[in-house]
Amino acid sequence: MATTAASKGTVVLVGTRKGLFVLLGDARRQKWRAEGPHFLGQIVHHAVRHPTTGTILVAARAGHLGPTIFRSTDFGKNWKEASSPPAFPKSTGDGYGWSVNHVFWLAPGHASEPGVWYAGTSPHGLFRSNDDGVTWQSVDGFNLHPDRAKWLGGSQEAPPDGATLHSINVDPFDKNHIYVGMSSGGVFESRDAGITWTPLNRGCVAEFLPDPDAAYGHDPHCVRVHPAAKNVVYQQNHCGIYRLERNENRWTRIGDNMPKEIGDIGFPVVLHPRDAKTLWVFPMDGTSVWPRISVEGKPAVYRSRDAGGSWQRLDKGLPAAQAWFTVKRQAMSADQHKSVGIYFGTTGGEMWASFDEGDSWHCLMLHLPHIYSVEASSR
Amino acid sequence: MRVKLPTPLVDYTHGVREVEAVGETLDGLLHDLDRQYPGIRFRMIDEQDTVRAHIKLFVNGELERSLITPLNARDTIIVVAALSGG
Repeated sequence: MATTAASKGTVVLVGTRKGLFVLLGDARRQKWRAEGPHFLGQIVHHAVRHPTTGTILVAARAGHLGPTIFRSTDFGKNWKEASSPPAFPKSTGDGYGWSVNHVFWLAPGHASEPGVWYAGTSPHGLFRSNDDGVTWQSVDGFNLHPDRAKWLGGSQEAPPDGATLHSINVDPFDKNHIYVGMSSGGVFESRDAGITWTPLNRGCVAEFLPDPDAAYGHDPHCVRVHPAAKNVVYQQNHCGIYRLERNENRWTRIGDNMPKEIGDIGFPVVLHPRDAKTLWVFPMDGTSVWPRISVEGKPAVYRSRDAGGSWQRLDKGLPAAQAWFTVKRQAMSADQHKSVGIYFGTTGGEMWASFDEGDSWHCLMLHLPHIYSVEASSR
Repeated sequence: MRVKLPTPLVDYTHGVREVEAVGETLDGLLHDLDRQYPGIRFRMIDEQDTVRAHIKLFVNGELERSLITPLNARDTIIVVAALSGG
């Protein structure tokens, strides 16, 4: 199926601080054109195309206005707003009086449930839609969990743009098994479709916590569950790159195998759609005051072909110096072609792509607004 | 009564800056606006019924934060989208 779909071309949804852009590549990924902006001026934290139905959901808010979700079932010709966007339960005076600042992450549900989507918000919240994004319901098992406040810490633990629930992954082998990442809070999983939750952070370093073996409170930047291989989970954390040893429920720091002068700090991690041992990261400077830009101004993607046992620097075609890229956690993605395409966007508005699994890089577009998210799929 | 809207909200009213709505309170008026222009209320008022940070509601020129503020048919409501950064 992937070959047929890929023959029609590739779609890259680019969410930016000022709207949504759509990059369309031909079947050979040689010619590209840009469409948009859609929702000009609105902050688009994430835009995702459902792999089965083709529905596109866009998480948007404007500087003045509250958050919402737009949806299109005809590839962006027409957009409709969700009739009830993600919203926390109304406070009953017991202290649960949160309001969604913005929807940060969108994720399709299990393949067997094509109308299901999940949304993660800031502040931390998990929401589910059963009707392809038209209406959204609070996942109360998480949102009203009595330990929620303990897991998440206070505002001092939040990233600059606010605390977020992100990295929602539905286990492709179990529709009721859901992973989420929280910054901060850590990785949690539910095996009953969100009713109960368990922290999943053993082995993960949290240098900013007094207890290095704390059960929660960590800062996963991006967690990816492999779409085709059972129990394969990788994580780019605030404190390194990890692979989950599912049999032991413990994370192994595969970032220790990165070159010491580069380190293993970054935001995104991207998995090969078929090969469970191949993954890509974009290392950024995590020294001193954490500049979080390409190390020494020399951007490079790193790839592992052996599940993190070793890493290869991939910088052919990228600027050789004075290029201070920041790539956010949603802003790197893979397509499904035989030779996998990798795409990333920078906070400086540059879109880069590789059509040979990272061996060489091409600039697809310059001068976009600050890029928040990049999602590639086949048409 | 007359309701004047800021430009960030006119996508909901098909470009119209001034519309008519009814309500005995601000809350009632905002629900009537949402009935006419679905989705517009949540962009101004959050799920805890709090006016969002960069939205201001003026009744006859007076700033009002409470949604139970009573209204009369001749009142003029101005919704302002305040400064919110770049």
